[in-house]
Amino acid sequence: MKNPLLEIQNLSIYRGGKRILNIPQLAVREGEVLAVVGPNGAGKSTLLLAISRVIKIDEGQILFRSQELSIQMEKAYRWRIGLVLQEPLLLDANVFDNVATGLRFRHFPKTEIKNRVDLWMERLGIAALRNRSARTLSGGEAQRVSLARAFVLQTDLILLDEPFSALDTLTRTALLMDFQSLIASTNQTAIFITHDLDEALMLGNRVAVIIGGELRQVGKPEDIFSAPADSEIAAFVGVETILPGLAVSVKEGLVTVQAGNYQLEAVGTVNPGRPVYVCLRPEDVTIWRESEVPISSARNRLAGQITNLVVQGALVRVVVDCSFPIVALVTRVSAMEMGLKLGQNVTVSFKASAVHLIPH
Amino acid sequence: MELIWEGIKHALQLIISGDLEVLQITSLSLKVSGIATLLSLAIGLPLGTLLALGQFPTRRFWVSLINTGMALPPVVVGLAVSIFLWRSGPLGDLRLMYTPTAIVIAQTIIAAPVVTGLTVAALQQLNPRLQLQMFGLGGSRLQVILLLWREARLPLLAALMAGFGSVISEVGASMMVGGNLRGETRVLTTAIVLENSRGEFAVAIALSIILLILAYLVNLFLTWIQQRGTRN
Repeated sequence: MKNPLLEIQNLSIYRGGKRILNIPQLAVREGEVLAVVGPNGAGKSTLLLAISRVIKIDEGQILFRSQELSIQMEKAYRWRIGLVLQEPLLLDANVFDNVATGLRFRHFPKTEIKNRVDLWMERLGIAALRNRSARTLSGGEAQRVSLARAFVLQTDLILLDEPFSALDTLTRTALLMDFQSLIASTNQTAIFITHDLDEALMLGNRVAVIIGGELRQVGKPEDIFSAPADSEIAAFVGVETILPGLAVSVKEGLVTVQAGNYQLEAVGTVNPGRPVYVCLRPEDVTIWRESEVPISSARNRLAGQITNLVVQGALVRVVVDCSFPIVALVTRVSAMEMGLKLGQNVTVSFKASAVHLIPH
Repeated sequence: MELIWEGIKHALQLIISGDLEVLQITSLSLKVSGIATLLSLAIGLPLGTLLALGQFPTRRFWVSLINTGMALPPVVVGLAVSIFLWRSGPLGDLRLMYTPTAIVIAQTIIAAPVVTGLTVAALQQLNPRLQLQMFGLGGSRLQVILLLWREARLPLLAALMAGFGSVISEVGASMMVGGNLRGETRVLTTAIVLENSRGEFAVAIALSIILLILAYLVNLFLTWIQQRGTRN
């Protein structure tokens, strides 16, 4: 495993005598996108501002390339990171000058500034806006300028604080796609903060969950979703079943996805050959006793064995192992009527329209 | 009415003929108030920036003090400066009483709170997260402050104009610490008071018109800088 680019150890931040952030250990490896997710007010932004050294850390330390950040290293470190916030916060100047801001802070020569700014305006699709005043940009354009302003620095690490959350759905989708390919093609290391799970799945190589100022779980996206460490995380991630798969073919709006040993069908628009996450909400999954599977319109039927049963109020959360875990929610009454028990062989079914595909 | 016409005609005469004394009074006014404004900018811009962006426990207290200072009556400043500069006062040895320097000191004390207070307001109307964003792009403290000044250039120039306006028009302090000495410390406002008390209304009106034109020209220049690059 590569050495981490950035490592956080025992970090605590206090406000008014109360601890608002506690990160025992968190690392970002080179070339990796770490998505930090959590509900609003969980302390995600505080973490990002602490990493960018804009706010002080009360306890703990941040290691950069295995070196502790000293006062002397501070400036060199701050020049190796770029920050993108939720609001674009552009200067009252034209687009070119806005994108050039950080390069000018670093006293880059003029020709270098011009070359780099032109390159990154091109990559973010804002080259045509070069001489436009930042005041006249739309929300999506402004956020592209804000992203270009950070990427143009070509820093070791980019920190992004919910850069897409203030945009309307259409603009957001377009920008997300562009951003995803940009990250992939440049191999940029990034810490990406979001409260949106789709974004985290789409962009993150790993996901860290922060709830109530505490780092609760870190892992691959599919692990977080399929095996949330506790019920609060489960509640936050919506107890979804998340399976890594591969889009095999598309026909009449139905995508066939290879997941484990099964071919699943889903409604969606994903190009064949694209890796995807298959997402399934437990309330959309139906369980049948092996002998009683009816003829129904549900396109996906999988055989498996019950590996876990947890009573949650009036509902029972059932985990069925079909060579990968699928989570279903059934009422306690149904569970009793069917006599569900650990180790029992059952069939799970769900409609193609219940499957949510996220390209990865 | 005739009096006013007389005054206007007299003013034109004085301006066109280039009356030496009027020229001298006008240039002293401009010089004294100009220097006082620049000094108040040198004090008010950094101080206002510190009060707007700094984080320390007594910040609000100082801001309220500065805001009160914006309404300082010139005669009170004149009195305070007089006491300090008076022959037997703490700074009496400097022999500054009844010199243009004394007027500059008094006017700086009048204008500095105005420039400071309006600088605080100008910078506080910026998005506070802009500062964070600029630090996050690698800016040093000085680089970020310079950028914020640039962002707030419109209200900052308004602060400068207000500072200049407060001193070019004041008479109390100039009279008290300058003494309205002919050829030495006579400025437009003190000259107007004198001519008025002597019943020389035409001259007083002429000087008033010159004062207004002067104030207008300076503000025209500052407005031109301020409005460059903004939309009509």
